Amino acid sequence: MTVSHPCVVTIDHRSKPRVLFSGDQLVEVDLPVGTRVIYPKPPMEPLPNPAAAVRYALSHPLDSEPLHAKLRPGMKVTIAIDDLSMPLPPMRSPDCRQLVLEPVIAMLDDYGVEDIELIIATAFHRPMSEAEIRHIVGGRTFERFWPDRLYNHDAERPGGLKYLGTTEDGIEVEINRRAAESDLVIYVNLTFVPMNGGHKSLGTGLVGYRTLRHHHNPQTIRECGSYMEPKRSALSAKMDRVGELIESKVEVFHIETTVNNRMFAGPLEFLSRNEDDLTHAEERALKALVRSLKLLPQPARHAIFTRVPAPYEMIAVYAGGCEAVHAAILEVVHRQLCVPVEGQADIVVFPIPYISPYNVGAHLNPLLVSVMAEGYLFNLHRGAPLLREGGTIILLHPCSDKFDRDQHPAYVEFFHRLLPQTRDAMELHKRFERDFAANPAYIQLYRTGKAYHPAHPFYMWYWGENGRRYRSRVIVVGADNEYVPGILGYETARTMDEALRMARETAPPDPDISVFRICPVLMADVTIPSDTAAEAQIVGEAK
Amino acid sequence: MATVAAYFDVDGTLVGSNLLGPTWVYLSNQAHPRQSLMRVGRALLSGPAMAFAELRDRRLFNEMLFSHFRGMSRDRIRVLAEEVFEDMLRPRIFLGASDLVQRCHDAGQRVVLVTGSLDCYIQPLAEHLGADHVIANRLEYKEGKATGKLLRPVVAGPEKAGLIVKDAHAHGCDLSRSFAYSDSYSDVPMLSVVGHPACINPDKRLARLARAYDWPILDIDQPPRGSAGAP
Repeated sequence: MTVSHPCVVTIDHRSKPRVLFSGDQLVEVDLPVGTRVIYPKPPMEPLPNPAAAVRYALSHPLDSEPLHAKLRPGMKVTIAIDDLSMPLPPMRSPDCRQLVLEPVIAMLDDYGVEDIELIIATAFHRPMSEAEIRHIVGGRTFERFWPDRLYNHDAERPGGLKYLGTTEDGIEVEINRRAAESDLVIYVNLTFVPMNGGHKSLGTGLVGYRTLRHHHNPQTIRECGSYMEPKRSALSAKMDRVGELIESKVEVFHIETTVNNRMFAGPLEFLSRNEDDLTHAEERALKALVRSLKLLPQPARHAIFTRVPAPYEMIAVYAGGCEAVHAAILEVVHRQLCVPVEGQADIVVFPIPYISPYNVGAHLNPLLVSVMAEGYLFNLHRGAPLLREGGTIILLHPCSDKFDRDQHPAYVEFFHRLLPQTRDAMELHKRFERDFAANPAYIQLYRTGKAYHPAHPFYMWYWGENGRRYRSRVIVVGADNEYVPGILGYETARTMDEALRMARETAPPDPDISVFRICPVLMADVTIPSDTAAEAQIVGEAK
Repeated sequence: MATVAAYFDVDGTLVGSNLLGPTWVYLSNQAHPRQSLMRVGRALLSGPAMAFAELRDRRLFNEMLFSHFRGMSRDRIRVLAEEVFEDMLRPRIFLGASDLVQRCHDAGQRVVLVTGSLDCYIQPLAEHLGADHVIANRLEYKEGKATGKLLRPVVAGPEKAGLIVKDAHAHGCDLSRSFAYSDSYSDVPMLSVVGHPACINPDKRLARLARAYDWPILDIDQPPRGSAGAP
């Protein structure tokens, strides 16, 4: 195996133990010699003056006339904003969305636009709280617009959606009525991973079940090479058609931003670095942190990681037409996230952290653990999956039977009533999804409580579909019980050594082992050596 | 294929009222002020006994409360029912009640109100909310006058569960797929016979139970997301 990039480190006899996330704990793990550990890239340099960059983007858009040229007094403008599910954890103030919104609103004021409403494009996510909305839009905007003209999208409001038409391939498109009836929609986006942004912003964020069911389903996911790679994603292709239909009816001006991966602030900054490169002081601090987390109760551990906002910094902002803007942002996102990796691995270790896009402010429940492993992390690749087909995933997480009753009430029933009946995504989709999606009690919780929509746990299960079909086994290290992994179809091991021993039993001799050393976030840019690719092609043809 | 039903308790669940408010309207609106005074006085005197009964047995409380209707004419009860609905119930219907009932209909569910209140003033409420059927207490009449007794079965506590099972059998409803909603711990039997129990503004004991069994806890008096003042 060749080390081709500084972020890809091969373990040798002198290597120190690696420190990996296991929920809100950190565990020290001794890995076998030859194991490849893939680290995130260092943070890219931020824009020196983000406010100026935003103003430049607005007046020098890509594939569009400048924003000011689209404005006229008396027009109706809706600004749709990405919710707090990205970045993870929420970024330090000012959030990118605030940096964009303030000059945009000032421009609308200058051009005599008075009919302005701001909608948090939550789709089926839980509503953002007052404090969270204030955080992402900034105090000035919040004071001016909340709550009458700044609010969460409600995908279940009677009469709240307007049907715009059906795409050529049969996707019925209906979006938030206010947006549909606006003279101009401005979408303010924060692209954190390649799945975000582009046509997905409107095609998901402001629609309802009638539209979502066409692309959030197991069939679409099965047709994706990776939903983190738009060119190989059937999900992305469907979103494009939805977005194109929307934009044929409503004028949309896109503003996309992205951030670097500076996830940890000062005292925790060493968590993103190679353990062999730490200074003595950092090494001692890391050991102290690992020990302290073991002793602290769970709420205190959660607070350590979630109370302090991440020091992410804006590294790019583009505005204008959807495709051109998204392509420009994706290029920067890839530059920040993609770590070149040569060859796949028979065994991949995924440390599962405490956070995902779907549990901001809540515990990472077992279903989301599965989504992180077989959905998000499995798909965070370009070219080919890091895991060889039929390989074994080892994940680190306690897998506690713990759900946030306010945010994830439907998840509990999905996990404990449906999954023991079947783990087949297609069967779940056909037998149960419609009833769940129309469950009046859960919908009430989505509308007036803090809950995700009842269809959301299904979507999460579909998110892991490709990982489930591709791998052979999943072994959980550090689970505090047997039955939760059992419901998910996972095996358990007490230690990493035991898990590796189990994985080797079904792996080829001398297996390749890789560790996907998240956090911060990264993507594996996998190239398959030509002889292996040719061999794979011959095997494929023979089949 | 069996249908699905949604069974709703009323007082405290869909409407911010209880049994005492409507009873007060009846007792204090007699043909002559002296009669009103006497009825109210008698009811107040029996207050401690009724409070004790409420703690012990909801059915006994209902029977004691409605015994104060003895001697009222059927016509008067019917006329005052309109007033009770307009003045006591309609203004207290929770913000999201109609929407929740409508959503049940949209999901193809048969909506049934199950309540210890009297059918005479629950019927207009059911029509207002769009419910399909009412299971409520009924007064016994002899020669056009209320006897102060309730017709059997008395709708209260555990009896509600039995009535729901009978109703489901009669209408071919699949209880394992049906829903029930209540605010009160006394309705646990009713919530336990369906596959999808849910609590609306539950009292402390019911909230504790709901958390233990992962029953959804709803607050339907909040403005929904996407509207001014939403949480």
